[in-house]
Amino acid sequence: MTKDKKNPNELLYITSGEMYQPYRYTLSSLSGRFLTEIKEKKKFLGVKCPECGRVYVPPRAVCGRCYARMNEMVQVSDEGEVVACAIVEFGFVDPSTGIERPVPYGTAFIRLDGADTALSHFLDCVDREKLKVGARVRAVFEEERTGSIMDIKHFEVID
Amino acid sequence: MGRRAAIVGFGQTKGSSSRRDVTGVELINEAVRAALADAGLGIGDIDAVVIGNMDHFEGVNYVDMWSVEGSGGVMKPVFKVTTGGTTGTSVAISAYYHVASGMFDRVLAIGWEKNSESDTTGAIITAYDPFWERPNMAGAIGGLAVDASRYMHDYGATERDGARVTVRERLHALNNPFAHLQQEWMRGKDAVFLVDALVASKENKVLAYPLRMSDMCPRTDAAAALIFAAEGTAEKIAPIPAWVLAVANRHNFVYYGDLDWSRNETLEAAAKKVFATAGIREPLKEVDVCELYLPYSYAGLAWMESIGFCGPGQGPQLLWDGVTDMDGELPVNPSGGVMSSNPIGATGIIRVGEAAIQIMRKAGTRQVGKDVNVAMATGFGGCYWADVMLLGRKKPV
Amino acid sequence: MKMEEVAVVGAGQTVFGFDRKETFEELVFEAATAALSDAGGSIGDIDNIVTVSNDFWDGRTISSMSVMSAAGSWNKDISTVEGDGMFGAVYGMMRTLSGSFDATLVVAHVKGSEGRMNLITNGMFDPIYQRPLGIDATISAALQARCYMERTGAGEEDFARVSVKNHGNGLRNPHAHLGMEITIDDVMRSRKISDPLKLYDCSPVSDGAAAIVLSNRRGLKRFRQKPAWIRGAAYCSDSYTLGYRDLADPRALRAAAQKAYRMAGIANPLKELDAAEVYDAYSYMELMWYEGLGLAAEGKGAELLRSGATETGGELPVNPSGGTLSAHPVLVAGLVRLIEAVLQVRGDAGRRQVPGAKRALAHGINGPCGQCHAVMIVEA
Ligand SMILES: [Zn+2]
Repeated sequence: MTKDKKNPNELLYITSGEMYQPYRYTLSSLSGRFLTEIKEKKKFLGVKCPECGRVYVPPRAVCGRCYARMNEMVQVSDEGEVVACAIVEFGFVDPSTGIERPVPYGTAFIRLDGADTALSHFLDCVDREKLKVGARVRAVFEEERTGSIMDIKHFEVID
Repeated sequence: MGRRAAIVGFGQTKGSSSRRDVTGVELINEAVRAALADAGLGIGDIDAVVIGNMDHFEGVNYVDMWSVEGSGGVMKPVFKVTTGGTTGTSVAISAYYHVASGMFDRVLAIGWEKNSESDTTGAIITAYDPFWERPNMAGAIGGLAVDASRYMHDYGATERDGARVTVRERLHALNNPFAHLQQEWMRGKDAVFLVDALVASKENKVLAYPLRMSDMCPRTDAAAALIFAAEGTAEKIAPIPAWVLAVANRHNFVYYGDLDWSRNETLEAAAKKVFATAGIREPLKEVDVCELYLPYSYAGLAWMESIGFCGPGQGPQLLWDGVTDMDGELPVNPSGGVMSSNPIGATGIIRVGEAAIQIMRKAGTRQVGKDVNVAMATGFGGCYWADVMLLGRKKPV
Repeated sequence: MKMEEVAVVGAGQTVFGFDRKETFEELVFEAATAALSDAGGSIGDIDNIVTVSNDFWDGRTISSMSVMSAAGSWNKDISTVEGDGMFGAVYGMMRTLSGSFDATLVVAHVKGSEGRMNLITNGMFDPIYQRPLGIDATISAALQARCYMERTGAGEEDFARVSVKNHGNGLRNPHAHLGMEITIDDVMRSRKISDPLKLYDCSPVSDGAAAIVLSNRRGLKRFRQKPAWIRGAAYCSDSYTLGYRDLADPRALRAAAQKAYRMAGIANPLKELDAAEVYDAYSYMELMWYEGLGLAAEGKGAELLRSGATETGGELPVNPSGGTLSAHPVLVAGLVRLIEAVLQVRGDAGRRQVPGAKRALAHGINGPCGQCHAVMIVEA
């Protein structure tokens, strides 16, 4: 309950309290294999459309363009190209953890070599000169890996 | 085309950062009353209601049910349409289909949001995939920043070009009593002076390069409602109904990482479809006014190209030439646009309503000087999704 | 108003169950491709799409985003209804009648197993006055069940009889989650959930997806399936605040049903319908919906059930599929009711077929205690 500062007799809000809505998000077999490959081999897998041949990373079941079910997983590189990037300089609360992420940090969409779509992740770099569309980057993995997208620590800018 | 339909009434609440004097249901009711009054109708004249918002911005599930006592939906047909940022336009499009289907004669379309009741950035982040994209998306701002950086890279656009869009929206908002952001200090000042001031300002903080505070839309509490009516009924309600000429949308994408970053292909495709339906060959000449869902400044450059108002990379030129200002060839966002008010679920309804009142000549201090025969409204949201509605003064053939 | 012509020409549903391993995308693709193949068409024959999902159930904002590819959205018009799948079907019907499109795919999904039903349905109650009381779908249903008992004299055994009938029917439906051979005693002795409702009075939380293909007359040539024509369709919402409603009086359903009957030219639904699929989220609801649908006189829902009229082989079999009690994928369930009605009038309902069924009713609900009702009548 929040009271008005100027008029303490007026009630303004009630809060939802520590409302907690837990979910168990399903991993498809494709996503399960993708995460396992990172956890165990530090390698990336994409899924290939049997009709148009596009390789999707992260993997998903359906190629939207062809309306085809995809099952074939193919290995793609742990290096790739930045197709879009930003340096985030404002703080916000991460809804998954409730923790405010320290700023600044680099965020980017990275097209891994061998893939047709881009994966979003963090970059270790906040240097505007280096962090550019077209920059070459490589994945850096965590030592302790648990089977989550956060097993990738971030991508680092190479050359 | 099915049965012809037109917009005959529009109502909105004044945008503000926090409407703490009302609940969501009361806010909805304010907009509904305003729309009914505008059309000279009572709630008893309404045959069906369609409503939309984004659940997690207020944390209310089944909003269509929760709001009936404010929306006027008690003992009426009601359901909810929601598609993220495009919700408002999707609701308006749905109301159009309600009428075009022949099932209803007078339909109320409502969009609303009380962004002040939650953390918008947090709620937007949860739109992204929980495994892949959610952990490192900084809400809408991060996604839009990567997009802006891409446009600058491709066409050599500058921060000043972005700021020029901001200046247009802010100056227009000063004519709109319902706009949330009213920057009085800008009134009457020269556009170039204002662009320089925004780019040089130290208070104008960088959020995610190249985006600064001034490039973004606010979080707004507001509701808006439209009334659609069928041919035969519409003419009796409104002296100048705003006829729906064409609607289209494209929601192709599942992941942000799937986009072709060099173009807004959903907006391109949806615009192409409405122009083909309405027989428009030269959009810049034939469209008289636009209310575009531009959630941030750089969209005012690139998306003009996507719609086909100019060629690739020519957005800045169009803007600096004054084409999109109030007295230009194609005034864009006489209302001040999304950058001046963004009550997310209502935003698209406001775009459509503001386009409609230009045709109906009810836009008051923000009425454009030229004759308005064709007006365009767009919605943006989701994963680069686009909704488009084209309205006209003449009934479609 | 007389209906313009629109038909269901394809239907697909997944098997419903708890903890299905597939993602939303995979379930939607499974149901959508099943509906397309049932129609004898492909995604290229579809002009536009309506998806049905809910952000609370899916645990993400813009829940429709994850199924855009699976629903076949690429370069097509598409929109999303948040509510029961029957309302998605209604919107799909409007779009098919609008003149803009000839064929519409409607697809709904849910994975009830991913979230917490009580928390998610608590979220539909007023945050100021009701949520702090912990009210959810089941607790509010118990309030309604008690009101209904008081008004009509129906007893817990009557509710149990619905459960026995529908769970028994579910055994003949390969898509059902929970078909069971049980007795009234089994229901009466099952664990109390929220008095007077016991475990077997409550539907299970199910995962799955369902899809239909709608076509107007012009679109029919694209498909090979026998059309099930929609002869009547109407929907209506009651008040939201439970305290403003007479919980035992389904007046919104009565209004929707009467309108749908007028459109379909039905004067005596009990006689003129051959099968009905109603939204029995809780056993007692079926009895209330009998009254709202005009199958039973006011207060006579239990009597109709006891007469055997709604059993398999009765005058009007209700929920031959096993109903929502046998599988309750929230949001999807209303669309499943429509699909089951379509299968009945096509004669394709397999072991749950009502012999010779030509005209069937489907019913969906939205909101707490059946606040909003949609009714459709389909005919072969
Ligand atoms: Zn493909």
